[in-house]
Amino acid sequence: MTRKQRRLILIGAAGAVLSLALALVLTALRDSIVFFRTPTEVASGGIDSGSRLRLGGLVGQGSIERGENLAIRFSVTDGGSTVPVSYVGLLPDLFREGQGVVIEGVLESGGTVRADTVLAKHDENYMPREVADALKAQGVWKGEGER
Amino acid sequence: MIIEAGHYALVLALVLSIVQGVLPFWGARAHDRTLIETSGPIALGVLFFIAASFAALTWAYVASDFSVLNVVQNSHSAKPLIYKISGVWGNHEGSMLLWVLILALFAALVVIFGRRLPPVLRADVLAVQGWIAAAFLVFIIAASNPFARVSPPPIEGQDLNPLLQDIGLALHPPLLYLGYVGFSMSFAFAVAALIEGRIDAAWARWVRPWTLAAWISLTLGIALGSYWAYYELGWGGFWFWDPVENASLLPWLAGTALLHSALVVEKRDALKIWTVLLAILTFSLSLLGTFLVRSGVLTSVHAFAVDPQRGLFILIILAVFIGGSLSLFAARAGALKPGGLFSPISREGGLVLNNLLLSAVTVTVLVGTLYPLALEAVTGHKISVGPPFFNATVGPLFLPLLIALPFGPLLAWKRGDIGAAAQRLLALMIAAALLAMVLIALVDGASIPAMLALALGAYVAVGGFSELVERSRLGRVSPAESLRRLVGLPRSAWGGALGHAGVGLTLIGIVAATAGLEEHGATLTQGQSIEAGGYTVTLERIEQRNGSNYRDLAGVFSIRRGGVEKGEVEAAKRIYIARGMETTEVGLVTFGLGQLYVVTGERSGGTTLDVRLSWRPLVLLIWGGAFIMAAGGLLSLADRRLRLGAPRRAAARSVPVAAE
Repeated sequence: MTRKQRRLILIGAAGAVLSLALALVLTALRDSIVFFRTPTEVASGGIDSGSRLRLGGLVGQGSIERGENLAIRFSVTDGGSTVPVSYVGLLPDLFREGQGVVIEGVLESGGTVRADTVLAKHDENYMPREVADALKAQGVWKGEGER
Repeated sequence: MIIEAGHYALVLALVLSIVQGVLPFWGARAHDRTLIETSGPIALGVLFFIAASFAALTWAYVASDFSVLNVVQNSHSAKPLIYKISGVWGNHEGSMLLWVLILALFAALVVIFGRRLPPVLRADVLAVQGWIAAAFLVFIIAASNPFARVSPPPIEGQDLNPLLQDIGLALHPPLLYLGYVGFSMSFAFAVAALIEGRIDAAWARWVRPWTLAAWISLTLGIALGSYWAYYELGWGGFWFWDPVENASLLPWLAGTALLHSALVVEKRDALKIWTVLLAILTFSLSLLGTFLVRSGVLTSVHAFAVDPQRGLFILIILAVFIGGSLSLFAARAGALKPGGLFSPISREGGLVLNNLLLSAVTVTVLVGTLYPLALEAVTGHKISVGPPFFNATVGPLFLPLLIALPFGPLLAWKRGDIGAAAQRLLALMIAAALLAMVLIALVDGASIPAMLALALGAYVAVGGFSELVERSRLGRVSPAESLRRLVGLPRSAWGGALGHAGVGLTLIGIVAATAGLEEHGATLTQGQSIEAGGYTVTLERIEQRNGSNYRDLAGVFSIRRGGVEKGEVEAAKRIYIARGMETTEVGLVTFGLGQLYVVTGERSGGTTLDVRLSWRPLVLLIWGGAFIMAAGGLLSLADRRLRLGAPRRAAARSVPVAAE
C-alpha cells in the first residue's frame, strides 16, 4: 500500500465516523430536545396537549395540596398566568410556596402538566435563570437575591 | 495584615509570572543561556508567592476573620475545621486561586523533574506556563479578588452552602483542577514543539506521563463528583448530563484520546501533528470548562456567582489562548515531519480508531452542551438538551469503541493480523454471547438491550486483560511459566489492562443500576414498611436531633430480608440554621455491590413520614470501575520506563521495538 492509499483509508474512516456522529446528533436533536415554556405560554393554549415541556416559575401561594402516598398538586405561576401541576414523589430540598421551580413533564388535555421531574433551587440566593426570565417577562421580577 | 500580605503576594506573583513568560522565551530565541536559566528560579518564585497568598486566605478561613468579604460569604465560626479549609475553594474567588496554585505547582514540577530536558524546550514550556498564569492572575486580581475587606466586619459569617459541606466535595475541586490544569502541561509542550518546529519520541516520553497524571486526577475528580451527586442530592442519579458535568467530561474524553495518541508518537514516531492538535484541544476544553462553570452562563449548583464581567474576562482569556495556539498550529504544523508508516490494521490503526471515536464523542457532547446556549443567543428559544439526547448519541458511538477495545492490544505495531486477534478472542466472544442469553432467560422482566449491554461490559472487563493473557502465553505454556511471565510484564501492560477492565466494570455498573433500579414511595406511620429488591424496610421511629450547625428530622428504619434482620438505616432532612437551608441526608446501606437508598421527605405529622426506597444493584461498580481505571493509570505511571521526566534512554531507543 502506498502512503496515499493509507491516507485515503484514514480519511475515509474519519469521514465515516464523523458522518455517523452527525447523523446521530441530528436525529437526537429532532427527537429529544425539550422546549422551555413560561406559564403564560402554556395557559394561552398554543401548545399541543401530550407534548413534553419544561415549565419554570414560582410555586403558587397556598396551592400545594398533598394526596395519598407522595402524590402532590401545586401550581406554577409567573405572576401573569398559573398552570396546575401534578407530581408523585419526593420534592427537592427548598421546594416551597413562593419559591422558584423548574418542572419537566407532559402537558395533559385538561391543561395540567404531569411532572416527572421537579427541580428547585440548590441555594436560597440562586434563582434558575429560566425562571428569572419568565418573571421578568411578566414584570414581577424583584431583582437579584440579597447577595 | 496577613490578608494584605496575601493580596500583595498575589500581585508579586503576577509580575513575576509575566517575567517568566518573557525572559526564558527571549533567551530561547536569542540562544542566551543565562536568560534561559532564569526560568527555573522564577517559576519557583511564582509558586512561592501564590502559595503564600493561598496560605493567607486559608488562615483567614481557619481563624474566621470576618473582615474579609469572601470569608463572610462562605464561612461560619461553628463550621467544622475541615469545611473551614475546604471552604477556601468552595467559592468562586478561592477556587480560582486554587487553579493558579496548581498551575504554578506544575510549572515547578517541570523545573524539578525537567533538568534533563533540552534547555530551549524547557524554557519555552515554562514561558507558556507563565503566560497562562499571568492571564489568570490578572483575572483574579482585577475581577475576583478573594482578599476584599468588608467594613464594619459582621459578627458571624453566612456559612458555606450546606450541600458543599461534605468530604467528597472537599476533595472534588482539587482533584478536578489537578486534571484540568495538568493538561496545561501537554498544552505547553505542544506550543513549545510548534515554536521549535520539532517533535520527537523524547517529547512524547515527556508529555505522556504528565497527561496520564492529569487524566488520573480528572478521572478521580469526576468519579468523586458523581458519587457526591448520588448521595448528597437525594435523587439517586449518578450522572445528569448537566452542562457542568459535561464541562468536566469533555477534557476527560479528549485527554483519554491524547493518552492513546501520545503512545503512538512515543513508540512509533507517528501521528505527531494530530497529537499536538489534541494536546491543544484538550487544554482548550479545560479552559472552556472553567469558562462554562465560572461565568454563570449555565444554571447549576456550580454557578457561584452570576457576573457578566467575569464571564467576559474568561471568554477573552479563552479566545486568546485557544485562538492563539490554533493559529500557531495552522502556521507551524506543516513544519513537523510526519513519521512512521503503518497499515490500517495495526496497533497504530487501533489507536487511530480509538481517537476517531473518542473525538466524535467529544464533539457530540460539546454540541449537546453548547447548542442550547447558541440557540438561545440566536433565536431566543429556550430548550433543554437532556439525557435522551446524550444517551441516543454517545451510546452508539461508544459501542464500536467497546467492541474494538480488546482487539487493540492484540494487534502488533506497524502491521497486525486481525484474524489471529479474533481467533484469540473467540472464546471470550462466545462466553459473552452465552452470558447475554442466560441473563435474558433468567432475569425477570429483563430488557434485551440492557442484558446485551451487561454482556458487553463483561466482555470489555475480561477482554481488557487480553494483552496480559497473550504475553504470558497462558494455556500454551505451563501455568508456572505463565505466572513467571505475568509477574515479569512491565507495569504499564498491567496498567493498560486495569484501565480497560475499569471501563467494562463502569459500564456494567451503569447498566445494572439503571435497568435493575427498583423504587417505591409511600407515606409511612411507625411500624409500617416498604419493600424494594427483596428488602423490607420498616419505620421504627422518628427523631428530632441537634448537630453543631444543623437540626435533623430523622427516620430510623430496620432492614429485613426474608424475615432475617439485616441492620438499621437512618435517613434525614437536615436544616442548616445559619442559612435556614434544607438538605437531604440519604440513608445508604451496601449489600454486596448494590445499595439500598432511603430518602425521607420534609413532612412529618409526628408519627408519619414520606419515604422513598430504592434498590440499585451493582451501583458501586460505576465508581469502582473509575477507581480501577485511575489505579491502572497510576500503575502505568509507576513503570520505570515511563518514570516522570526520565528521557534517559530516549536517544538510545530511537528505533522502536515492534514487540511492545
